[in-house]
Amino acid sequence: MNSVSTPSKLYSGNFTYISSSPFLYFLPPLMGLLILWQSDDVSLIVVLLDVNPFFWASSAASVGDSTSPHHPTAILSFSKLLNHVIPFLNSLLLLNQLNQVVLVATGVNSCSYIYDSGDSEGESAGSVPAVCSEILRRLEEFVDKDRLLGKGPDKVVAAGVSSLLSGSLSLALCYIQRVFRSKARHPQPRILCLQSSPDGPEQYVAVMNSIFSAQRSMVPIDSCVMGVQHSAFLQQASYITGGVYLKPQHLDGLFQYLSAVFATDLQSRSFLQLPKPAGVDFRASCFCHKKTIDMGYVCSVCLSIFCKHHKKCSTCGSEFSQAPSDPNATPDRKRKTSEV
Amino acid sequence: MSSSVALQRRFDLAAMGDEATRIRKRGGDEEDDEEEEDDERGMEAWERAYADERSWENLQEDESGLLRPIDTKTLVHAQYRRRLLQKSAASAASRIQKGLIRYLYLVIDLSRAASETDYRPSRMVAVAKCAEVFIREFFDQNPLSHVGLVTIKDGISHRLTEIGGSPESQIKALMGKLECSGDASLQNALELIHGYLSQIPSYGHREVLILYSALNTCDPGDIMETIKKCKKAKIRCSVIGLSAEIFICKHVCEETGGSYTVALDESHFKELLLEHAPPPPAIAEYAAANLIKMGFPQRGAEGVIAICSCHKDVKIGGGYTCPRCKARVCELPTECRICGLTLVSSPHLARSYHHLFPVTPFNEVSSVPFKLSQKLAQTCFGCQQSLVSIGTKFAPHVSCLKCNQRFCLDCDIYIHESLHNCPGCESQRATA
Ligand SMILES: [Zn+2]
Ligand SMILES: [Zn+2]
Ligand SMILES: [Zn+2]
Ligand SMILES: [Zn+2]
Ligand SMILES: [Zn+2]
Repeated sequence: MNSVSTPSKLYSGNFTYISSSPFLYFLPPLMGLLILWQSDDVSLIVVLLDVNPFFWASSAASVGDSTSPHHPTAILSFSKLLNHVIPFLNSLLLLNQLNQVVLVATGVNSCSYIYDSGDSEGESAGSVPAVCSEILRRLEEFVDKDRLLGKGPDKVVAAGVSSLLSGSLSLALCYIQRVFRSKARHPQPRILCLQSSPDGPEQYVAVMNSIFSAQRSMVPIDSCVMGVQHSAFLQQASYITGGVYLKPQHLDGLFQYLSAVFATDLQSRSFLQLPKPAGVDFRASCFCHKKTIDMGYVCSVCLSIFCKHHKKCSTCGSEFSQAPSDPNATPDRKRKTSEV
Repeated sequence: MSSSVALQRRFDLAAMGDEATRIRKRGGDEEDDEEEEDDERGMEAWERAYADERSWENLQEDESGLLRPIDTKTLVHAQYRRRLLQKSAASAASRIQKGLIRYLYLVIDLSRAASETDYRPSRMVAVAKCAEVFIREFFDQNPLSHVGLVTIKDGISHRLTEIGGSPESQIKALMGKLECSGDASLQNALELIHGYLSQIPSYGHREVLILYSALNTCDPGDIMETIKKCKKAKIRCSVIGLSAEIFICKHVCEETGGSYTVALDESHFKELLLEHAPPPPAIAEYAAANLIKMGFPQRGAEGVIAICSCHKDVKIGGGYTCPRCKARVCELPTECRICGLTLVSSPHLARSYHHLFPVTPFNEVSSVPFKLSQKLAQTCFGCQQSLVSIGTKFAPHVSCLKCNQRFCLDCDIYIHESLHNCPGCESQRATA
């Protein structure tokens, strides 16, 4: 539990921002032209940043001790991550004068809006150092608050704890709906998930609901996974909504990955060779133990998924009379093979 | 000219016997074609103006005496609340069977009769449009079911698509084959489908839905024999007629336990068609609840070469891997050809989960005095829109019973109608 108190200090000190001018260097020349031609490719990017202290604390520990067996690839501390992410946010704003960036923090016990470039009109709007300090200050507040929430009567333990992806996805979608309502000519919205902690199988239904709602309103969900394992939730989210899924090999070059892949607006994407999905994990979570499974039993009335055979469906109350029906028992199969 | 066509049709109808004399809403007034395009069918022009354009009712006076359009937002929200409460009451009572595995052949009549223009622009196009909507709705309501398409023209029937689980390929095949000619043959269609449906696994429910434009059937043999065969094979036949009631169609449906309806116009036709999307109560009762063992395969990486077990062919990219025996299949849902496991795409099942775990309706918070509520958040938790109206009062808003977060009216509608998650509840760790 010691590690919990550290993360808020992790990035308070040594933050320096990379000047955002060199990012244009990474973009194909064709895209630069498109930006000049088309004024209606204005984007709204809602960035969901995973601020799970359990993950970042353990990865910070393994920076010093690189032989740590648990997180071999996550050799990036949270402050380093911000060194990549904040310049990326600034570069999104510089790509098009009218672009809007909204940053939402995904915590372990709460989710919250951190920064909205559409809000800060007047004085320091657009000034890069002002944006940086604003984001840092509010992130720190958020992490402190999030930690206090976890110190309630029922303490969250275990290092493999997930962050509340379903919450921040829902917030992002509500925000995007507001943008849809507000103006007739609204910017093209998309969501970018910067996720590091593992999936929380207990959020399965909520995450899937968010994905389908995003699909209905044609909002692509891009995902950049910085954790150890692939995220089945985000693979499905990007596959279903037509976004890009990427798990960078070398986190040192995160800024390059972000600016080359995720900075492109939706119109330019058709001209680029973006990373193709390396398979999609379609595993589901069982309703009884919240376990991730690739094979299970499905209730024929309500389609609830269970990891083993039950006498009664806990969701809809149907009683299952017979033994588990494996409809493709031998007689069927025999006939099929003889047909071939 | 057009009235003579109408007359001709009435003559045809009369010839079919008294069952054919059904009321046609638009029978007589085919002259005013253009005006019929809009929604108010059957309403005379002088009535229409008064009914629609009561524009003065959309105005109200504001504080300074200016006329402003009425605030429809709260009205819309009130209507939505009523709908929501009704729905949550209804869903508690009814039990929708989602796991029924239906094998449905949709038969589309493309005989000469389908070129008639009493439906706009023609019966054939109207049927195709509605069929597209139906196929999508069908897969939404029956995620594990299969649909195939059969067309009838020139006295023969032809299978357009193999029975399968993907709506897109069916719709594409249908739209590519829209031309009509010749006579319709009910017997040929039923014979063909009987052949295909007798091959499907025994746990599936066999159904035929015929969209019939013609007023006759031109058969090579005794259709009564075919009907008996279908009845024996437990194939449930339903017909939706586009012109008039026909005895033989009614007989088929009665014998096999299906339903027979005749459409009055296009919107009625669509309504009748969509009634077939949820599983018919008769088979829903018959099916006992059981647990079906299923696999959720992973999608293969793009650009990986593998031999699929369904076509025995080399395929590049895509495809799914059976979790039990690791065989490759091309499409979901299907059965593994090697180990027999039912393979489904889990997002397909997850689409209906919001019915199982609905978001409880939010409480309306109408007017909290501003001073008392200063410590409350002043923006909507979902979209950050300000909840404070121009004065010093809170605009009407709602709050979630569980997490006590407050939402604007627009978010309320979005959360319950599309998102099906409460952002507030999802943003806090569940106390298990
Ligand atoms: Zn379980
Ligand atoms: Zn059930
Ligand atoms: Zn298999
Ligand atoms: Zn709102
Ligand atoms: Zn709530």
